[in-house]
Amino acid sequence: MATNRDDAIARMLLKAEAEAFFHREADLLDERRFEDWLGMLAPDIQVWMPIARNIEAGGEQAEFSAEGTDANWLDEGFETLAQRVKQLVTGVHWAEQPPSRTSHMVSNIDLADIEGPLDAPTGLNLRCRFLVYRNRNEDEQDFFIGKRNDRLIRIDDSWRLARREVFLDQNVLLAKNLSVFF
Amino acid sequence: MAAEFNLDALIDSEAGVVSRELFVDRDIYEAELDRIFARAWLLIGHEGLVPTPDSYFVTRMGDDSVLLTRNRQGEIMAFLNSCPHRGMRVCRYDQGAAPVFTCPYHGWSFSTNRERVAVPGQLVGVPRSDEGYGGKLDRVRWGLVPVPRLEVYKGSIWASWDAAAPPLDAYLGDMRRYLDLALDHRDGSPGGAELLGGVQKWRIRCNWKTVAENFAGDLYHEVSHISANLAEIGLAKGKGRRDKLPLRHAIGFEGLGHGGLGFPPSTDPPADLSPDYGDAEINNYFADVHARRVANLQGKAHVNLVVGTIFPNMSFHAHQPRSLAVVHPISATEEEMWRMYLVDADAPAKVKDMLRRYYLRYSGPGGMTEADDMENWTSVTQSSQGNIARRQAFNYQLGLGKEQPVPGLEGGIDSGNYSEGNARIYYRRWAEFMGAADWSEIGPAPAVDAMAAAGAAAAAHGD
Repeated sequence: MATNRDDAIARMLLKAEAEAFFHREADLLDERRFEDWLGMLAPDIQVWMPIARNIEAGGEQAEFSAEGTDANWLDEGFETLAQRVKQLVTGVHWAEQPPSRTSHMVSNIDLADIEGPLDAPTGLNLRCRFLVYRNRNEDEQDFFIGKRNDRLIRIDDSWRLARREVFLDQNVLLAKNLSVFF
Repeated sequence: MAAEFNLDALIDSEAGVVSRELFVDRDIYEAELDRIFARAWLLIGHEGLVPTPDSYFVTRMGDDSVLLTRNRQGEIMAFLNSCPHRGMRVCRYDQGAAPVFTCPYHGWSFSTNRERVAVPGQLVGVPRSDEGYGGKLDRVRWGLVPVPRLEVYKGSIWASWDAAAPPLDAYLGDMRRYLDLALDHRDGSPGGAELLGGVQKWRIRCNWKTVAENFAGDLYHEVSHISANLAEIGLAKGKGRRDKLPLRHAIGFEGLGHGGLGFPPSTDPPADLSPDYGDAEINNYFADVHARRVANLQGKAHVNLVVGTIFPNMSFHAHQPRSLAVVHPISATEEEMWRMYLVDADAPAKVKDMLRRYYLRYSGPGGMTEADDMENWTSVTQSSQGNIARRQAFNYQLGLGKEQPVPGLEGGIDSGNYSEGNARIYYRRWAEFMGAADWSEIGPAPAVDAMAAAGAAAAAHGD
């Protein structure tokens, strides 16, 4: 019978797997290996980046635009993500031509929930902070900073990203566009 | 008041030449705030943002924050969002509902409820009123500053700071028929569109006019969207970035400054251009909408449009995508763009979802088409700021001399498919506003009396 210590170690190992997954994602995106990055996604992935509103604390108004019904910054699946990659490799997608320099950073990673048994988990739910830095042309730079909720699922013996909620800490978007991945 | 400008030296629209100073100069920008944004009709929102009594939405007019609200009696009104006492922002939230607006700084509060006040926006609460003001503070004089002109047209809300502005109907002219395409149901019946929740707001380091001009009728820039076509983001798979359309015409309105890419009036039955969307329910829906459109428009002159601009800073997409946009000026070299999206209120959830996803991958900062526009607009402004660069002119000669009146459209000019005729019309209108002392020098005829004008507009809509 597993001890609490064994369970804790199993959780740490799973968290390390998730961290390695995020680090590999960051490397692929920052090295512009976008097609390889698509390979890390589940076919039914959903990415949602809501618009944050200034609202009365405790009021009835929702702070974030709603997934599935409202206009959001992003609310899309694999097909659209693949179209974005297709656009990036055309060489005439001017928003990213010449290509931006990006650095994707994740921190404060918390393994919030494990789906399935600890010794054979089927899903991992994680929370983290992110910082996506973009520098392009001579002097343009953007800092995208916020919170992220991610769900990884097990497909063919490896982890794939099945869901990503991106809560950007901005009301008026201070970047001219969102032509980078989060 | 800003300096006087030699408008003839800045704009020669007959020759199709415009100085780059219009897009970078701070004095010109300051004058625009006064001569254009303090006078013209501006889109400030949509009824969907203030759906119920007491609901509010904080909007902008030029560089001012404006509080748009529906009072307890259901009337839509707008006020400068700055406390008359010391200037603090009165409403500090983007949207919500409030029966009374209370300034956080000294606690002055304001109401629009006609059961409480004679004049909406009037002061209803003044801390230490008796002790400090002897109970004699003039509560109307020190109420919220009202926006004097406001009209609602098929859900869209427009306002002007100038009481002498002509009625909205006269200001829009026959461009209104093209705006209808965004606001009406796709089956051709009046109204029927609803606003999706969520207003996108984002900053772009470019001059605001570059955006207005882009949407006013620049088919020539489609070459910049090749990558979105290659990525095949359209609704029908493998079909570019939108459903195939016949070659659009640049149709502008001389003397009004509006323009768009679309088609002249026709009494022919509207063509069904819907492709196979790969889903029976969606295909059936659009086939049904088209059949109703044919029936609704039978025998009537009807128009069609893809994209257009209402002078000075409102643009709209009428079909794919379907949205209203406003370009708010921030400085000579920066603007804040707002985009809101429309769907037919009675469309099935599946259709609404398909359209919403398409809008988001096409438009806005995350849109694969618009993202490239932003790169281009930013570069236009940045690379026109150099000491030598700003002395150069922009060339607007495309299609010069091809202008033809459009039968059935008052003041309508068709300048061909690939044309900058609409930009020439837009900058002539810009010069008219910048050179005029007041509305009596601009036209259409100013409102002699705002109430009489509103009555006339209502009568004109009675047909």
